[in-house]
Amino acid sequence: MSLNLEDVARIARLARIELSAAERETTRDQLNDILGFIEQLQAVDTTGIEPMAHAVDVVQRLRPDVVTETNRRADFQAVAPETEAGLYLVPRVVE
Amino acid sequence: MSDLISSSLRELSAALAAKKVSAVELAAVFLDRIEKLNPTLNAFIALDRAKTLAQAQAADEKRRVDAGATANSPLCGIPLAHKDIFCTRGWRTSCGSQMLANFVSPYDANVVEKLTGAGMVTLGKLNMDEFAMGSSNETSYFGPVKNPWDVSRVPGGSSGGSAAAVAARLTPAATGTDTGGSIRQPAALCGLTGLKPTYGVVSRYGMIAFASSLDQGGPMAKSADDCALLLNAMAGFDPRDSTSLERPAEDYTRDLEKPLAGLKIGLPKEFFGDGMDADVRAAVDAALAEYRKLGATTVEVRLPNSGLSVPAYYVIAPAEASSNLSRFDGVRYGHRAPEYDDLTEMYSRSRAQGFGAEVKRRILIGTYVLSHGYYDAYYLKAQKIRRLIAADFVEAFKQCDVIMGPTSPSVAFAFGAKSADPVQMYLSDIYTISTNLAGLPGMSLPCGFGNNNMPVGLQIIGNWFGEAKMLSVAHQYQKATDWHTRMPEGVK
Repeated sequence: MSLNLEDVARIARLARIELSAAERETTRDQLNDILGFIEQLQAVDTTGIEPMAHAVDVVQRLRPDVVTETNRRADFQAVAPETEAGLYLVPRVVE
Repeated sequence: MSDLISSSLRELSAALAAKKVSAVELAAVFLDRIEKLNPTLNAFIALDRAKTLAQAQAADEKRRVDAGATANSPLCGIPLAHKDIFCTRGWRTSCGSQMLANFVSPYDANVVEKLTGAGMVTLGKLNMDEFAMGSSNETSYFGPVKNPWDVSRVPGGSSGGSAAAVAARLTPAATGTDTGGSIRQPAALCGLTGLKPTYGVVSRYGMIAFASSLDQGGPMAKSADDCALLLNAMAGFDPRDSTSLERPAEDYTRDLEKPLAGLKIGLPKEFFGDGMDADVRAAVDAALAEYRKLGATTVEVRLPNSGLSVPAYYVIAPAEASSNLSRFDGVRYGHRAPEYDDLTEMYSRSRAQGFGAEVKRRILIGTYVLSHGYYDAYYLKAQKIRRLIAADFVEAFKQCDVIMGPTSPSVAFAFGAKSADPVQMYLSDIYTISTNLAGLPGMSLPCGFGNNNMPVGLQIIGNWFGEAKMLSVAHQYQKATDWHTRMPEGVK
């Protein structure tokens, strides 16, 4: 199957990437090329094959629930686009 | 001082120990070359002479005060440069993206911490494909890196700045990362030696994430010997990376002098088909002949599913990337659009402006293959095929000690040759991607020159945790040949 312009708009919305009308058209064509290329995977018989999520079999390590990091809020907020009184500022979301 | 730029890390270490040169003098030699040659090559995208020289001075002091400590740290005072994917405290760390064009990292990646701890001196940060997505360095926000062997050609990617900088002798060594071939392919295209370790050997902490189940950092340098010394300093368990492996420390130099007699080299039938250019094949065949002369035998092996590695990768890697790159939302760090009406628009506009075309494409592909109704058909399917690809290697390694083949199907191509066609560009990594999917170590070393006198890389794939053996196999070849000592004419 191939993607149409509405599909591209939906995917872009899910990915939170704004696309202009012109970009949507190029994107549709390029995504369809890539999807056409990965389509060959469908022909492979994978019955009974366990999906491989990771290169090595590792189990999630747990650590004691204690504070290990020092507070460097000022350093970390120094790279933020907009902060005030130790808080990150974003457009109003609750009226 | 001209011989310093071509010296091995051991030679530099000995010169520093014998006080023939100071770390400050050594750093200055390379900084001066960078000043002269970087405007053409565009390999470095962040430089800070004062910071570098202060670090060099500290290394000199460390060597002066405690000769014993530096014996344990042979790299003390030797300069290197980091791919700009590694967070480096106090340095702008951009990952080749406009998204992070103003991001000065507040912390060090584990790799940076370890190499700095060993006394190495940071010369600067190296250009790369944006968020490590690319095979030609043409996707960098800071413009492409030029191949020092021919500035009309690409250096490979995504660690193209690292490769070009080492090839042009702007730094003795560099760090790189490899998700689908990003250390090995540029190493091949620029004529150097690069190693991607087994997944989990080098910590990913502070290495800006692209595809977390595939990303692995490693050394890029002039020789296997240099790479072994660097890997000794880079590898090791790190509790801050949840997939870092808890294994006893290894000395990766331990087998370097082991002779090759009895070595069994597996040659995958699938790597020696039509896909490889004739000039690459000639150089690889000559290298294999040299190996036989050195006492190795070759045996044909099969990797029947390796042809599926590129399509499987272009499901798995974009899926992981779409998740990893969701953190760039214009709130805590990175680019924020100057104008927006509400929060959603702030996110989508900041990301539209901050990311380049290839990064957006991969995020969109990843979003699609993970979206409701398509997850099983694409993502789960690709993960099953990933297992088949890994299982092929298990079978192959029953017959051989290492696998060899070309690193890249062609020598470095011209700028623009593949950039209009994403799928053609993706196929540049056809021989390297399967090792990332399997988590295996892989390396590339120079084995001659092809068309237009461009370097050709020989790929060595090792068994899981086979780094010491691979480095030995590469080192023995480099003792018998001199391809790795060649230097581009234009930067002499």
